Amino acid sequence: MSTASTPLLSVRALETRFVDDGVALTAVDGLSFDVGRGETLCIVGESGCGKSVSALSIMRLLPPTSRVTGRIQLDGKDLGALSEPEMRRVRGNAVSMIFQEPMTSLNPVVTVGYQIAEAVRQHEGKSWAEGYARATEMLRLVRIPEPERRVKEYPHQLSGGMRQRVMIAMALACRPRVLLADEPTTALDVTIQAQILELMRDLQAETGTAIVLITHDLGVVAEMAHRVVVMYAGRKVEEAPVGDLFERPCHPYTVGLMGSIPELGSSLSAEGTPRRLAEIPGIVPSLRAMPAGCRFAPRCPLADERCHAQSPPLTENRPGHWSACWHWERAGEAIHVHA
Amino acid sequence: MTDITLQGGAPAEAAPASRSRIGRIVRRHPMMVAGGVILVGMAIVAAAAPLLAPHDPIELNVVDRLRPPDEDYLLGTDAYGRDMLSRMLYGARVSLIVGLAVAGLATVLGLLIGVIAGYYRLADAILMRIMDGLMAIPGILLAIALMALTRASIEVVILAITIPEVPRVVRLVRAVVLSIREQTYVQAAVAIGTRFPRLMRKHILPNTVAPLVVQATYIFAHAVLVEAYLSFLGVGTPPEIPSWGNIIAEGRLYVQIAFWQVLFPGLALALMVLSINVLGDGLRDMFDPKLSRRS
Amino acid sequence: MSTPEAKTPLLEVRDLVKHFPIRKSLFGKARARVHAVDGISLDIAPGETLGLVGESGCGKSTAGKVILRLIEPTSGSIRLEGRDITALGAGDMLAVRRQMQVVFQDPYSSLNPRMPAGEIVGEPFINYGIGGASERRDRVAALFRKVGLRPEQMARYPHEFSGGQRQRLGIARALALGPKLIIGDEPVSALDVSVQAQVVNLLMDLQAELGLSYLFIAHDLAVVEHISHRVAVMYLGKIVEIAPRRSLFGQPQHPYTEALLESVPATRPGLRRERKTLTGDVPSPIAPPSGCRFHTRCPYAIPRCSQEEPLLHAVGEGHQVACHLR
Repeated sequence: MSTASTPLLSVRALETRFVDDGVALTAVDGLSFDVGRGETLCIVGESGCGKSVSALSIMRLLPPTSRVTGRIQLDGKDLGALSEPEMRRVRGNAVSMIFQEPMTSLNPVVTVGYQIAEAVRQHEGKSWAEGYARATEMLRLVRIPEPERRVKEYPHQLSGGMRQRVMIAMALACRPRVLLADEPTTALDVTIQAQILELMRDLQAETGTAIVLITHDLGVVAEMAHRVVVMYAGRKVEEAPVGDLFERPCHPYTVGLMGSIPELGSSLSAEGTPRRLAEIPGIVPSLRAMPAGCRFAPRCPLADERCHAQSPPLTENRPGHWSACWHWERAGEAIHVHA
Repeated sequence: MTDITLQGGAPAEAAPASRSRIGRIVRRHPMMVAGGVILVGMAIVAAAAPLLAPHDPIELNVVDRLRPPDEDYLLGTDAYGRDMLSRMLYGARVSLIVGLAVAGLATVLGLLIGVIAGYYRLADAILMRIMDGLMAIPGILLAIALMALTRASIEVVILAITIPEVPRVVRLVRAVVLSIREQTYVQAAVAIGTRFPRLMRKHILPNTVAPLVVQATYIFAHAVLVEAYLSFLGVGTPPEIPSWGNIIAEGRLYVQIAFWQVLFPGLALALMVLSINVLGDGLRDMFDPKLSRRS
Repeated sequence: MSTPEAKTPLLEVRDLVKHFPIRKSLFGKARARVHAVDGISLDIAPGETLGLVGESGCGKSTAGKVILRLIEPTSGSIRLEGRDITALGAGDMLAVRRQMQVVFQDPYSSLNPRMPAGEIVGEPFINYGIGGASERRDRVAALFRKVGLRPEQMARYPHEFSGGQRQRLGIARALALGPKLIIGDEPVSALDVSVQAQVVNLLMDLQAELGLSYLFIAHDLAVVEHISHRVAVMYLGKIVEIAPRRSLFGQPQHPYTEALLESVPATRPGLRRERKTLTGDVPSPIAPPSGCRFHTRCPYAIPRCSQEEPLLHAVGEGHQVACHLR
């Protein structure tokens, strides 16, 4: 909504519903965002907020029990209008995806080189030899030592961090313009996470890929994002440039999230005892029983009658900073620390 | 953080009322329900055989021998003039009794041995080698040997069919016990001081029920078939008791002039086995939410 | 929250080793072993929280389970309140288990899905024959209230609870027998951040109220810093550094601790640290490197590091590190 140039990927009013036992459950409810070339957009939220479903909806990778509506444009081209074979050419080519679980996302019975080469062959009509050459080059790009040897290895022969690099190599092999990364470092240790995040930043600088990074970790957001979308219970509740979001969050949920993370070095403060963590009381509402007004109202310390009755619209409170809260000016008071 | 699944972080809803639950099972697994209904129907008919049978199944009546189906003998008669329908009704009893007894016996024995093998390492090594040995014995040869040693009776048939089935159940139970005992909640139970008998009863064995029920249906179907083979070969149910295998074996000689002697018991056998298997498949799908979702 | 150091330790672990034999030969002799825990020693004082951190595969979870005697130790000793429990039989362990409880990481797999919540929390009472049916019910209701659940929820099954509520059930079960020590095996790692804060706060409240000791095993350094009085860092089965919280997070001595701290993403944008990213992966615990186990990834390694194993030695008050260079 705020990128200066025309967006590379533009999502408007994305809505994803699942039909379960005759009941339609809305997992994503009217999500819109833009990502520009060389930009990293982080979508942050807790389990069940619809962030992963959004990515799968964009890639059209959801099971047939789902219904997706809304407009998804890649470089001005409407992805929704594409047939399944056409979409298959887009996936892994113009848009690729990295999943959280590197082991289950790789085929265990063929070598990693084969898997990358096959993608290159299919999307770019190259020969096997060219495909393997590209595979080796990609493994080198993601800093895997001895790529000539690793290219002939099977996924189980690689460590977790190495597998996630292979996933990235595979996702980048066809030089996608947009990379959707769904919790790419959640399953990894911190030292490996640091390596992978650095790698993604470097690769973006080299190739100008737009990255949509889905995560629950505000630390990852702080390190990676240019802009941030905060989701809660299927809806976007806040969007802002990263600095502005952390400096002045305009939604009580964002404020609560930030307050609930312990900060490294907290014991080094003057008192020597870390502050008590802020809590967001209660739990995320079930898809089957969404609150009528603002979906965060039942857990929000600022909620009043209007919040419970009427859903607040997304408004641009400051340039480029949007939030959906009736009381956004007071959002900073929404810290809930009970003694 | 897989929020692809709908549960997400939200608690699941309370179980729906039982009325709609039956309706939902019928809607989701129509084949299973059909199999179950046919099987129950056969069991009722078999139980009521003395009431339903129009003729004595054993009494010879040479005048009416090899009569094709007509209004007196709905399914015709055999070479001794015995009513096929009556004999088949009684034969269903043999099949069902043998099937049920084998499934029950194999399950109980398999459960016992499987639990021991799954929990005690030393016993495991010994028991599983014995089970491997048992599995290597062909059931039919075992039956022939047993019959040669003893007098033919339904009990011996049941025993002969049960023995080679036990190892299958043992393997199944052992696999479940081995995987469940590694579950965190079993470790948690040990940590709060749960003793072995309760650990088994409350935490481990309930997990074997679903796979065992499914396995039992397959054993049931298999036992019905094997009983028929054995009787057909003359090493099963004694000839004076009508069983589907016996009937087919006797009818085999006259198949060219009296096809009904082979066709009808054959069809009955096929229908019974098919309905049990369909029931078993349905139960397996029902117990495994991943499979049932796909349908 | 000063560290209660003067008292005798509640838990004393000395030279604890756990090797898992793998690749057995035909006659059952192990050809190789996973060196999961390779000689760790630690103390926990009454009312104290010791954080145990490290990356996956460093042996921290195994250490917790061995201390609980859910896994048999290969060698070493475990003392609880001065009593050696390393070799106690199953019967004697029953008495010890009342003093020492566990909360597991995964709130989905640590509760029996076929048992109602009330029965899960009340099972310890049944195991130890405590109270009649109605007294047990009251006690379970009290435990539910203590961990912030409603007693009306006792009849529900685990799948009807959210992740955070399930972790509360696990904590209620651990509290049932009135233990002195609770071992938390990544107790908040599987939870969403907002819920994680609720559970961390609950654990700290319970400690203040009941005087519990915790062995808090986790990989999230910020959470460990928040909750612990002292922290031990593990790498490939060894403790490489152990120190009071402030001194470990303020003046980390071991290069591995340093790297771990630098790898944690900053919680504010623009604070991105210029970091010396560790290269490579953790070596296999089947054949750990000779000498210092960290030397293959250590930016400061000298020849001595690959030949001689560094021992834990004091570098400050209560601060010990296993590194040749410090």
